[in-house]
Amino acid sequence: MMLPIIGLVAGIIIALFTPLRFPIDYSQYIAIGILAALDCVFGGIRAGLQGTFDSTVFISGFLLNTALATALTMVGDKLGVDLVLGATVAFSIRIFTNVGIIRRHILDKWFKKSLK
Amino acid sequence: MKRAREFELYVAGVCVILGILLVGQVRTQEYIGESQIPSRRLEDLSDMLRRSDAERMILEKEVEVLREQVSKVVEGEKAAETIRAELVKARMFAGISTVEGPGVIVTLNDSKRQAGPGESVELFLVHDNDILQVVNELFAAGAEAVSINGQRMVATSEVRCSGPVISVNNVRIAPPYEIHAIGNPDALDSALHMRDGILDTLRAWGIEAKVQKLPVVQVPGYKGGLYFQYAKPVSEGAQK
Repeated sequence: MMLPIIGLVAGIIIALFTPLRFPIDYSQYIAIGILAALDCVFGGIRAGLQGTFDSTVFISGFLLNTALATALTMVGDKLGVDLVLGATVAFSIRIFTNVGIIRRHILDKWFKKSLK
Repeated sequence: MKRAREFELYVAGVCVILGILLVGQVRTQEYIGESQIPSRRLEDLSDMLRRSDAERMILEKEVEVLREQVSKVVEGEKAAETIRAELVKARMFAGISTVEGPGVIVTLNDSKRQAGPGESVELFLVHDNDILQVVNELFAAGAEAVSINGQRMVATSEVRCSGPVISVNNVRIAPPYEIHAIGNPDALDSALHMRDGILDTLRAWGIEAKVQKLPVVQVPGYKGGLYFQYAKPVSEGAQK
């Protein structure tokens, strides 16, 4: 379970040591990208814990979801409708659901261990 | 430590991206916070900046031209040429000279629709007010020269109902009215087509209104006499 955390820390450190800053115009897109990545991470962990993880599904899901969310944001920008809210809500719900499943999974394991 | 499972590797990969994005975004937001600009207003402000930049460019050019003029006058060389150039400009501004350039031609004609019972026929005619509004809209959108059926709009031009026709520069003109305007064709066109704008209103009564964007439109100069019976120029120093 350590590897994802190490990855996250590695990413943060990489970014901290590079003068990375996004153009202000794109900050909305980056935000939705972060949400997509977050959703993907929790989805991946859940699938892994349940033993249904498939790398192809995972990677394609990550890329496609990010692309779709970005496209939606862009279309919303052009139409003057905050379509980004739709993507935000969808991702947030999924994140909460996945975290709930992961939590139950871990609690189950922990209790079984402690009961033994 | 347990051997990492396959999925952890992939998740870790995405986590690296996530970390990079997070730091970048936090930095961006901090930057926005530092500059004390709510991100909603950024678009407005960048637009304003662009506009004032363009304005500054024009002013800079004007300064250049004026400096040149000043140096010419100071040197005493080509003073006549300077005055002639100034005269050309003044004539253009006064609307005496015929000018051409990109612009639009607006054609207005009375409605072909028959007035129903109880409806006034007047509603389906082009009135002086309609033409005034169109001309006003054109000037507001940056038109530099406007003429109505060949009558140049100058400082003393009137647009007035005159029985079945309309009088401009004291010349009677009849429909169809052709309004020539020189300016940015897109700006002029969109000013007229503003939602619930003048053309929308006119078309609602079935009045035929057509806007053509053209690369070259000619606007004739003012043909009337130039005399002032009452107004006299006041020297700069004597202004109250």
